[in-house]
Amino acid sequence: MRFRFSPAAIDTEAARRALLDGGAGGYVSFEGWVRDHNEGREVTRLEYEAFEELAIKEGDRIVGEALARFPIKHALCVHRVGDLAIGEMAVWVGVSSAHRGEAFTACRYIIDEVKHRVPIWKKEHYRNGDSGWVNCEACAAAPLHSHG
Amino acid sequence: MNRRPLKIQYYALLREQAGRSEETLESSAATAADLYAELNARYGFTLAREQLKVAVNSEFREWTQALNAGDAIVFIPPVAGG
Repeated sequence: MRFRFSPAAIDTEAARRALLDGGAGGYVSFEGWVRDHNEGREVTRLEYEAFEELAIKEGDRIVGEALARFPIKHALCVHRVGDLAIGEMAVWVGVSSAHRGEAFTACRYIIDEVKHRVPIWKKEHYRNGDSGWVNCEACAAAPLHSHG
Repeated sequence: MNRRPLKIQYYALLREQAGRSEETLESSAATAADLYAELNARYGFTLAREQLKVAVNSEFREWTQALNAGDAIVFIPPVAGG
């Protein structure tokens, strides 16, 4: 499985091992971390929720696209669900490749597409006690059409 | 269109606004778009259909997708992974 969810802290060492290949000359990874602010508000924690059945299919399609488009060896993405504290890792992407250039490009492709296409939602909890679903609260007042 | 059972699952903001994670309804909605209009009238969702995507039986589909008895429908709010 090239995209999976983790209900607990992501084991990056185990994920990295899945990418090892004698033909790979390098490996690139990206870690997304929970940040303590967003759009001017102090964030205290996050909740991630996913429509897992479709998310796994769509995530796997994205990693498959990266493998088809770029001459890389292996790629994997792991995303958290559940409650996360500031500084915790929310997502991990890893790519191994014969040469570094394609690994950077493919890693960037995967994280960008995952953020736009995979049915995962993030609820931010703020210092003042408010909370909100990212991309859903503001757009309810002023519709955005960039989604997708 | 006769009424037939449809299973709807709710996530994130829509789950909170519907006050439930899933339900099975007898509905005469012909398409996914018709079903969202029916549910929006009931729950008063703050998200317009244009802001959502829809999945039927765990695959993304067009809003014109015809619905059949027993279909599982998920309305997908703007995503925010990563």
